[in-house]
Amino acid sequence: MRSLRRFAARLANLVTGRRHDQRLLEEMEQHLALQTAENLRAGMPSSEAHRQAALKFGAIGAIRERHREEQSLPFFENLLFDLRYAARMLLRTPGFSLTAIVILALGVGATTAIYTVIDATLLHPLPYPNPSELVRVEDNLPGVGAQHVGISVPEWRDLASSGIFQSVAIAGQGANVNLTGASQPLRLSFKQVTPSYFAVLGVGAQLGRTFNPRDNTPGYNLEVVVSDGLWRREFGADPHIIGKALLLDNDQYQVVGVMPRGFRDQGSTSDEQNVDLWLGAGFAGVPFAPPSRSYRHQSRIVIGRLNPGLSVPAAQARLNALVESLKKQYPADYPVQTAWAVRLIPLSETVVGGIRQLLFLLFGAVALVLLISCVNVANLLLAKASVRAREIAVRQALGAQRRRLIRQLLTEVLLLFLLGGIAGFAVLFSTQHYLVRLIPPSLPHENDIAIGWGVLAFALAVSGAAGVIFGLAPAWLMSRVDLIGTLRQEGRGSSGSRERSHLRHLLVVSELALSLVLMVAACLLLRSFWHLFQVQPGFNPERVMAVQTWLPGPNDPTTDPYQTPAQESVLLREILRRCRTLPGVEDVAIGDEAALPLGHSSPARLPLLREGIETMDNQAPVIDSPTVSPEYFPLLGMPLLRGSLFTDRDRDDTPQVAVINQAAARTYWPNQDPLGKRVRLRLDTRGLAGPATPVWTTIIGVIADARTESLADAAIPLIYRSSYQHAAKDLAIFLRGHLDPSALPAQVRQQVQAIDPTLPVFHAQTLREILSDSLSVRRFSMELVAFFAATALLLAGLGIYGTISYIVSEQRRDIAIRLALGAQRGKILNMVLRRGLVLAAAGAGIGLVGALLVARLMAGLLFGVSPADLPTFAAVTLVLTAVTLAASYIPALRAMRVDPITTLHSQ
Amino acid sequence: MAEKSDVPQGTLALMVLKTLDLLGPLHGFGIARRIEQISGDALAVNQGTLYPLLLKLEHEGAIASDWGTSENNRRARFYRLTRAGRKQLQTETGDWERTAAIVARFFAARTEDWS
Repeated sequence: MRSLRRFAARLANLVTGRRHDQRLLEEMEQHLALQTAENLRAGMPSSEAHRQAALKFGAIGAIRERHREEQSLPFFENLLFDLRYAARMLLRTPGFSLTAIVILALGVGATTAIYTVIDATLLHPLPYPNPSELVRVEDNLPGVGAQHVGISVPEWRDLASSGIFQSVAIAGQGANVNLTGASQPLRLSFKQVTPSYFAVLGVGAQLGRTFNPRDNTPGYNLEVVVSDGLWRREFGADPHIIGKALLLDNDQYQVVGVMPRGFRDQGSTSDEQNVDLWLGAGFAGVPFAPPSRSYRHQSRIVIGRLNPGLSVPAAQARLNALVESLKKQYPADYPVQTAWAVRLIPLSETVVGGIRQLLFLLFGAVALVLLISCVNVANLLLAKASVRAREIAVRQALGAQRRRLIRQLLTEVLLLFLLGGIAGFAVLFSTQHYLVRLIPPSLPHENDIAIGWGVLAFALAVSGAAGVIFGLAPAWLMSRVDLIGTLRQEGRGSSGSRERSHLRHLLVVSELALSLVLMVAACLLLRSFWHLFQVQPGFNPERVMAVQTWLPGPNDPTTDPYQTPAQESVLLREILRRCRTLPGVEDVAIGDEAALPLGHSSPARLPLLREGIETMDNQAPVIDSPTVSPEYFPLLGMPLLRGSLFTDRDRDDTPQVAVINQAAARTYWPNQDPLGKRVRLRLDTRGLAGPATPVWTTIIGVIADARTESLADAAIPLIYRSSYQHAAKDLAIFLRGHLDPSALPAQVRQQVQAIDPTLPVFHAQTLREILSDSLSVRRFSMELVAFFAATALLLAGLGIYGTISYIVSEQRRDIAIRLALGAQRGKILNMVLRRGLVLAAAGAGIGLVGALLVARLMAGLLFGVSPADLPTFAAVTLVLTAVTLAASYIPALRAMRVDPITTLHSQ
Repeated sequence: MAEKSDVPQGTLALMVLKTLDLLGPLHGFGIARRIEQISGDALAVNQGTLYPLLLKLEHEGAIASDWGTSENNRRARFYRLTRAGRKQLQTETGDWERTAAIVARFFAARTEDWS
C-alpha cells in the first residue's frame, strides 16, 4: 500500500518533476550567493570566497541527480526520453520511416483483416451460453455406407431420457413457408423444431415465451416464435403481438414469443441463420408419420446440450453403450449388417465445418506476408545501421552503456512497428464497409464480422511482438560497433558490418523462400479454380434462368389444394403453358429445389430400397432424389445414355418411373443393366398422405453424370422422378431463351399468381449466377492468396534490390579499383547479377521444400491439380528468378557505371 | 581539526524542525548556518543536502514556505513549521529522548548490574 502511494507520488513527479528541480536549483544558487557574500565580508578574495562556498555546499549536480532518482521513476523517464529521441530520429529520415510504416501497415493490416474473419467464425462460432456443451447428434449406417440418415422419434425419446443430455431437440433444416394475408404472399424461412429447441440453445424470448420444453403435442402445436427482424419488419415492433394469429401455409398459428435482437439460429450459412419463424412440432403426428423406429427423419438435424461437466468423448462412450443395448432390444429395427451408430460432434465444428481448412490457409498465407514485411523492415533497419554506426560509436565513446543503447534502439524499432500497426488498423477500420462486401455471403457468420477493440488489441499485440522479435537482432548488432575503427574510418568497415551483411543475406533468402511458398500456394489455388471454372458441368447453364415458388403445405393434408400429384400436375402444366408464352422464352421446365443445379443447400435424401436386396428403410443406403418435369433434361442439355426419359403421359395412375444417372447405375447396379429394375423410395409411404401400400418405381432411363450437386464432384448418385407422379412443395421454374433478367421475375410472378394469387415468387437467378455463387468462397480465397503472393513477391523484390544496392555501394571502391586495373564493365555487371542469382537460388531451394510441404497440407482444397504439380513449381521458380534479376539489374548497372577516378579520389 | 561525525538517518530532519521551532521562519541559508553553529562545526554534512530535505519535508506537510525578503534585501524562500510539523517534532523528540535514555542507561551500567 505504501509502495503504491510512493509509486503514485513518483508518477505525479513525472509531470511536476521539472518544476521541483527548477526550484531546487534556484535555492541552491541563492544559498551559494549568500555564502559567497558572507565569505567576502569575512575578507576572502572573490575567487576564493566562491570556491569555499562551493566546497562547503557539495556537488550540486550529484545532489540534484540523487534527489531526482529518489523522487521519480527512472524507467519511465528514460522511456519518455527514448520515445522523444526515437520520434526525432524517425522524422529525420522520413523516407525510410514512411517506407517501413507502409510495409508494416500492409502486413499487420492484412493479418488483422483475416484475424477478424477468424475471430467471428472459428473463435466465436456459437452465440449461445456454454457453447462447449452443445453437440450435433448424427445417425449413420456405416454398414450400408449411409450417413446423416436422420433420427426416429422413439430414438429421440431414448436420447432425451438417457441422462446424457440436459435436453435434445430435432430441428428441420431451414425451409420455406408462405405468410399470406399481406399485400404480397411472403415466403419466409422457417424451422420446425421440437419444443425443447430453445432449451437446448439456452436462449429465452425478449417478448412472450419460447416453447414449453415439456409440450408433448405429437404434430404441430400451432405455436410460433418469430425473430426480432421479422417482428420489426412486418409487424412494426408491435408490443401486443403475443397471442395474435399468423396464417402460415393456410394454417393458423399463434405467436407466443419474439426472440431477442442478436439471436441467430445455428447453422453455417446465412440462409440457415436468418430463420424468421420457429414452429413447434413433435414430429410424431399429423402431418408427420406415426412414430416408428424404422421411420427416420431424414434431412432434419438433432442437437443436444450435454449435462454440465460431461465431456464429448465421455458422452460418446455412454451413448455407444445405449446404442448397443437398443440394438439388442430391437434387433428387427437395427439389422446387424447396417451397423447403426450415433456420433456426437461439437456443434461449433459443424457450424464452421469445411471452411476451417480454408481459413487456416488464409491465415497461414497472411502470416507469411506479415513475416516477409517484418523481414523487409529488419533489412531496412540493418541498412540504416551502417549509416548510424558513427553516431552510435560516438555515443559509446561518451560513456553510453551498451544495454542502454540497445534499449534505445529497440524503442525506436518498436515505435516504428507500432506506428505501422496503428496505420494498418486505421486503414482497415476506415475501409471496413467496403471490405466486408468482398466477403462471400456463404461464409459462416458473415454478419458477425466486425472490427472492434479486440481487433485493435490484436493489431497492437502483433505489431509489438513483431517489433521485439525483428528489432532485437538489428539493435543488438547496431550496438556492437568497433569504437576506434568506426571513428577513425568514418563509419566504413566497422567490425559489425560482416555480421550485418550475413544477417541481411539470411533475411533476403528467407524472404525469397517465403514468397515462393506463397506463390506456389496461390498458383495451385488459381489452377484449381480455373479447372473448376472450365470443367464441363455436364449441363448447359447458358441462357437459363430459375425462378422459385412455394406451394403451401397445410397441416391437415385434406385441406391441401395440391395434395396429390394429380392435383398438383394441373398447376404445373398450367405454369409451364403460361411461361412458354412469355417473350423470349423458348423452353420451360419445372423441378423441385433439389433439381436446381448447385443451388440447393441441402439435398433431399431418401433411402433406396432395391427390389430383392433391401427390405426396410433402416438398412437402405440413402440417395439424393430430385423431381423434374419431362422438359428438364433436354432444357439443361443432359444427354440420355440408355432407355427413355419421362413424358407428359406419366401420371399418378400410370406405373411409377425413375431416371438415374450413371453414378447411381455404377454404384447400385454394378455390372448389371439397371433398366427395368425396381426400387422403392421411403417417401412413397409418406405419412397419412401416401398410399397404404408402397408402390414400386421402375427405372426407365440412364442419363450422363452431371455436376449438379458439386462442381468438384462428378459422380454423385442421383435418382430423378417425375414431377407429375410426385408432389413437391418447393418448386423451381427453369426458363431458357433470350431472357431479360430484370423483367422476367415480374412476368413469371404475374403468370403464376394469375393461377393462384397466394403463391410467392422469389429467388430469380440465372444458372450462370448460381454457378458463380457456388464458387464464391473458392474465388474469395484464391483472390486473397493471389493478392498476398503478389505482395510477397513485391516485398521480396524490394528486399533483393535493397540488399544488392547496399552491396554495390559498399564495394564501390573495390569496383573502382578493378575498373582502374582494366576490368571490363560487362564483367562487373555479371558479378553483381551473380550475387543476386546466388541469393535467389538459395531462397528458391529452401522455398521449394517449404512449398512442397504446404501444398501437401492444402491438398484438400485443390481440384484437378496435384500438390506437386511440376509446371506450377517450375513457373513460380522462373518468375522468382526473373524478379530477382530485374531487381538486381538497376544496382548492377550503377556498379557498371562507377567512375574509377572520382570514386578513388573521394575516398 | 576534530573528526567530524556523520549524521544518522532522519536526524537532520529533526534538526531542521527544531531550528524552525526555536527561531521561527528562516530561509535555507539561515537554517544551514544555525545547524552549523549549534552543532559547533562537528557535523560532516554538505550544506547542499539540506535542500532536497526541505523539499521533502514541505511535500510531507511538516513545513511550509513563503516568499520573503532576507536581511540583505534579497528575495528568498522562508520556511516555517506547520501544525503537523510541530506535532511531528514533539513525537520525534520524545522518541529520540527515549532512545537516548535507553542507550545512556546501557553505558552507565556497571558489571555488577549484569549478574
